[in-house]
Amino acid sequence: MEDNKDIIQNNDVPERQPLDRKTVIKLNRDIGSKNQLKGWLYLAPALLLLIIFSFYPLINTFRMAFLNGYNGLAIVGGESFNLGVENFKTVIGYVDFKQCLKNTILLCVVTVPISTILALLIAVALNSIKPLQKVFQTVFFLPYVTNSIAIGMVFNAMFTRVGLGDLIQTQGIINNILGLFGIGPFNFVNVGSSWGANMFVVCTYIVWNAIPFKILVLLGGLQNVNKQYYEAAKIDGTSKVRTFFRITIPLVSPMLAYVIITSFIGGFKEYSSIVGIFGEGMGPGGNGQMNTIVGYVYNMLPKSNLGNASAASLILFAIILVVTAINGYVSKKKVHY
Amino acid sequence: MADLKNYNLKELNVRSASRSQRVSKIVGNVITYIFLAVMAVIVIFPFYWMIISSLKTMDEYRANVPTLWPQNIYFENFATAFSKANLKDLFLHTLLVGTISTVLSLVVTVLSAFAFARLQFKGKNVVFGLLMATMMVPGELYTITNYLTVSGRLPFVEEPIQALDFTNTFAVLIFPMLVSVFYIYLLRQTFMQIPNELYLAAKVDGTSDFKYLWKVMLPLSVSTIITITILKMMGAWNAYIWPRLVANDQAHQLITNGLRGASFTDEFGEVNYPAQMAAVTIVSIPLFLIFVFLRKYIMRGVSRSGIKG
Repeated sequence: MEDNKDIIQNNDVPERQPLDRKTVIKLNRDIGSKNQLKGWLYLAPALLLLIIFSFYPLINTFRMAFLNGYNGLAIVGGESFNLGVENFKTVIGYVDFKQCLKNTILLCVVTVPISTILALLIAVALNSIKPLQKVFQTVFFLPYVTNSIAIGMVFNAMFTRVGLGDLIQTQGIINNILGLFGIGPFNFVNVGSSWGANMFVVCTYIVWNAIPFKILVLLGGLQNVNKQYYEAAKIDGTSKVRTFFRITIPLVSPMLAYVIITSFIGGFKEYSSIVGIFGEGMGPGGNGQMNTIVGYVYNMLPKSNLGNASAASLILFAIILVVTAINGYVSKKKVHY
Repeated sequence: MADLKNYNLKELNVRSASRSQRVSKIVGNVITYIFLAVMAVIVIFPFYWMIISSLKTMDEYRANVPTLWPQNIYFENFATAFSKANLKDLFLHTLLVGTISTVLSLVVTVLSAFAFARLQFKGKNVVFGLLMATMMVPGELYTITNYLTVSGRLPFVEEPIQALDFTNTFAVLIFPMLVSVFYIYLLRQTFMQIPNELYLAAKVDGTSDFKYLWKVMLPLSVSTIITITILKMMGAWNAYIWPRLVANDQAHQLITNGLRGASFTDEFGEVNYPAQMAAVTIVSIPLFLIFVFLRKYIMRGVSRSGIKG
């Protein structure tokens, strides 16, 4: 935002006498009293849209979630519903939902630490070099502006084997590369592939996709660290490893906390990367074994299972709130501001 | 004599220490560069594979031993991609939706950011706090009800109202997502940087609020406006979930939905991967261009929000 100040300074706003305090107060008062209606007028378009498409849905989602068995078809039938927590019980009881919950939690638990550690290592490495720094920086930001469906399809192609049984023509480039090290071949994403193999592909993609944003934030943090800390450590003969853990990590801990919170939230809302890889079937051959909570919510919609969909989305909201709260609590103890 | 000996030893130690330090520094540098190079290759590889696959013939793509560069470059795939995925129509739909939503969104965002940044009225802070609080709520929570709303199913009304069924229109792709609290916040912050003195001076001269906003504040906030424009356009380009739910017919389909939904299966029931990769490449090109030329504007907005488009 520094730019704005420059623009203002360079702009040819005519020089004028600074207004005295009395006039300013009077002006402010005048403006204030005249603008009562005006303010709301300027806000009206945004508020109108937000009321229809954000505030009302928020209330309505709670209403639908707490009406037992609320269902689009039953409404047309003229049925009425009792207040209660039946929907939550039903949703939690579903095997499908448990699978979605398990997938989502596992995705978060695996990808958040891996991508954060990798991004931190890359950011520290980037920060320590001079030649080629800009080149590497550009390369690492490249996956940042991508279409997650489109690149998901590329990942699918890289892991897919073409052909069936004995007639397999190519194992896919990843299997080919693993073959160079004498590993595999695996059935990663084709029909009949295992849950674990699918999970591996999805996690790889999510980590790949998540790294640029984290490097961006962490590198920004590292570049703002006062060089004197490192010089002091050098003079004391502190080892590199010790410097990393005792100086670097504490000083970028606010950025680390931010990056971890946002990626947990993103992880719990994971959906489109899996659609990118597997299509809307959310699994090899559309078997749904990689489905997530968000995917579960969207599957319920066309089926008019509104009560269950609302309950599932509220469970997601609750999980996100809890994770944010835990992160906030841990940050307060560990983060050095 | 003993002193001299000691002195020499000390100097020797210092020298060897500095040499070993230098060696370890070089080794460290080499390791750093190797690590970065390996990671860079991994990061780039999917893009590389996408592009070279899009230029291969089916036979070459399926070859047992993969080629790292197409033997003969086969541009045909791009023509196939255009026809199979109906890309021309998808482009036009996306451009239309993207442009209209960007323009309308800018109008709404500018007006509300101005009200929050400059105008004084009762209840301003309450409303602002309320809007900020909605940033915490995952969008999925809205989608269920919005899906009902746009298909004409209102609360406490049993039958869906046909006249209010807006599914499969462009309007439904534009309006529900028009207001972004984040953009309002971003622009408000920019507006707040403009000194209030300017506003008061304009008031003394009898300039209207609207003229002041148009002539002074907007020109000073161009970079934030550009950021919002890019993010909004990218939003239309990458939108998938909402369009799939409410407007996924041929006449309104957006590019990402078309790309995922398109069938690249040929007459023998085999997936034409080179054509698919060509389609993916075409969809990725505008994003690459944005990345190359307008990166700083995206970075500015996104490093504060953690959202993509």
